[in-house]
Amino acid sequence: MYQYDEFDREFVEQRAKQFARQVERRLAGELPEDKFKPLRLMNGLYLQLHAYMLRINVPYGCLSSEQMRKLAHVSRLYDKSYGHLTTRQNMQLNWIRLVDMPEILNELASVNMHGIQSSGNCIRNITADEYAGVAADEIEDPRIYCEFLRQWSSLHPEFSFLPRKFKISVTGSPNDRAAVMAHDIGLRLYKNEEGESGFEVFVGGGLGRTPFVGKSIRTFLPTEHILSYCEAILRVYNQLGRRDNKYKARIKVLVHETGIDKIRELVEAEWESIRDGALNLPEEDIALIRARFTPPRYEAPLDSEDELKALREKNPDFDRWVDQQLAEHKQPGYSIVNISCTPIGKPPGDISSDQMEAVADLADLYSMGELRVTHNQNLVFTDVRRQDLFKLWQALVEIDLETANHGLITDTICCPGLDYCALANARSIPVAEKISNAFADHERQKEIGEIYINMSGCINACGHHHVGNIGILGVDKKNSELYQLMLGGSAKEDASIGKILGRGFDEDGIVTAVENVVDTYLEIRTDGETFIETHRRVGDDPFKERLYGASPKTR
Amino acid sequence: MTPSKKGFTVPLLKQGKVADDTFVRIGDEDPLPDQGDVIVGLSRWQADRDELTRHKGSLGVELAVGESPSEIEGDLAHFDVIALDFPAFSDGRAFSSARLLRERHGFQGEIRAVGDVELEQLHFMARVGFDSFLIESDDPEKDWTTAQADLDLWYQPTEDGHTTVRQKRRR
Amino acid sequence: MPHVVIANRLRDGIVVFLGTSHQWVEKLSECSPAQSEAEEEALIRLGQEASDRQEIVDPTLIEVEEKEGVLHAVKMREAMRAMGPTVREDLGKQAEN
Repeated sequence: MYQYDEFDREFVEQRAKQFARQVERRLAGELPEDKFKPLRLMNGLYLQLHAYMLRINVPYGCLSSEQMRKLAHVSRLYDKSYGHLTTRQNMQLNWIRLVDMPEILNELASVNMHGIQSSGNCIRNITADEYAGVAADEIEDPRIYCEFLRQWSSLHPEFSFLPRKFKISVTGSPNDRAAVMAHDIGLRLYKNEEGESGFEVFVGGGLGRTPFVGKSIRTFLPTEHILSYCEAILRVYNQLGRRDNKYKARIKVLVHETGIDKIRELVEAEWESIRDGALNLPEEDIALIRARFTPPRYEAPLDSEDELKALREKNPDFDRWVDQQLAEHKQPGYSIVNISCTPIGKPPGDISSDQMEAVADLADLYSMGELRVTHNQNLVFTDVRRQDLFKLWQALVEIDLETANHGLITDTICCPGLDYCALANARSIPVAEKISNAFADHERQKEIGEIYINMSGCINACGHHHVGNIGILGVDKKNSELYQLMLGGSAKEDASIGKILGRGFDEDGIVTAVENVVDTYLEIRTDGETFIETHRRVGDDPFKERLYGASPKTR
Repeated sequence: MTPSKKGFTVPLLKQGKVADDTFVRIGDEDPLPDQGDVIVGLSRWQADRDELTRHKGSLGVELAVGESPSEIEGDLAHFDVIALDFPAFSDGRAFSSARLLRERHGFQGEIRAVGDVELEQLHFMARVGFDSFLIESDDPEKDWTTAQADLDLWYQPTEDGHTTVRQKRRR
Repeated sequence: MPHVVIANRLRDGIVVFLGTSHQWVEKLSECSPAQSEAEEEALIRLGQEASDRQEIVDPTLIEVEEKEGVLHAVKMREAMRAMGPTVREDLGKQAEN
């Protein structure tokens, strides 16, 4: 992964000191909350239901074992011995004291970590494909450009007080694991017919109150222009984005109200003026950053396949785990390993300090000291030798991280909801736990196959409910929780927004409703059809009928 | 001289020092004084352009948020000061306006931050081209020193002369 | 409906209530709720003053009700703040009793 140089380190240290000063002003009564709030948010510090919450950036999901160990330490010493992995590949700590913040930021800065711009109306942490750099299906490694974007967006003097938050996501694979179409800017790195690298640029995607799939603003942008093009988009947005209504302030609303063609015209005109300026990335600069990514030390593969096969035959649990959790590595003899942090019946994405520490040690042993956080709130070991798989699995069993549910129905995405979040209207974690328990049986999960359940406890959609194959939205109806069900969303390259099916359900009702939807799918699917394929073929009607009875519309 | 919400005169911070503010902000309906330095709003400038260009004294224009620098693109030679308003701490439109004035339109005069101006934004403002600030503070000079001491590493190239991290790396 | 003032303490963010003797307390049980509009106004004014002194953040009047001699917040959200997360009963105020 990218190794910070002296400047990157100094930058984080300066920022930590600056925030310490701001906290001091706040505690001394010199900064009222209305001024302090945007400042603390820009350092990732929220005030939630029970305490302050700190969101720590994991830039484009890349984490070193050393950093993970530090997160274990910080969460143990300053919080309540656990952390929560977020859908934006970050980690949140839920019980932070304001007075501890200067120390916490110092601790984090010692391993190049921070909460800079993990919140606030600024450019948020860049997210990316969790398999970036190692995936067999990757066209080009997007991390170098993520790193340029990280640097460019960090304390941008012009774009730190935007109309609303701004999220950028990057993928270098045709199989989108970064939900680029659900971002303010989505970038798809590919090679054109001439073999040159460039981005397809999407703009105006997003979830929340008014969900939109991103629209293509430029089909091919040579990589050297990535920063200037983003700057042009941001400048147009900073000037024209709505500031009269917080719910209409995201760029998706500007794009929707202005029209993509007009936005493209404005952005392209702005870009013309700056495209060959100081933001241009000459090859020598790209090479400098590329050189700071430690090259993985791949070894010639041992022939361990026979041994692996024998171990799988002897250990059905291991066999199941290999079958479910692995993804294809570009390097022969290696595998990408998904580590589920969404065990059956437990809060999705929660990980204890002890587990963090153990995982860090395992990453040193089996993944060249590197891991990833995924937008599905899980972890990834990027570089595991196939001959180490059994040992890794055994070690994961010891720390309860061996759940084999990657891409299955119990691998839900779920926001913290009303159990923690000041914005939430309903709880989401208990519902996720109940659904997970209902589908705990592995054989049943396998039979159902690939399916994504996403759940949010309010309209802000941190749980990405619109792009879940099954989406669940918790609302507050007369002081009781009500859950709405939507079908047909997808966060992948075929992105789509799910639509609410009908009237909502209570907490137990929604679990039964999901079971009924799944049963309906199992009854009507054709051979090899995934849930989303079936839904796209048949639409909502069969599911509606099952849940609400025959409607006049369906005759 | 600009009275604050509390009725005090808001100090002018210029090149890190509290400076005399010779400019008076003239409202759209206010009579134009016979002489002296004045700042007017965009609509006054557009309405009374001829009268204002004959005015004895320095001239400034203030752009409210939403008023684009391109509206005065051809008039820049008339202005010694362009004031940009921050109606709220969280409203960052003027950051873009300042950069456009400096970098796109080549304005060389004073760009002044007015409105909700606070220590914690001074370093951003200085980087995008502001060089004076009407800042409601007990000690603007200390604010300036604090802001300068906070951060001296920047990744973004603007045209304020600050060396960026990328330039430092190339050395 | 009786009301109390809820807020987060500035220093650590912990949920606090304006208690019987107008001190900030960590437990809802240590409050005596306002029973009239006049009492509510007096209570929220105290909260606002503490906010102005920058001791607490976001003072808010919330509805409470007494059930079997125990005070409960009426709204789910405030009940959560008064107790702790339902998915982690080992954490928050519910764990301290």
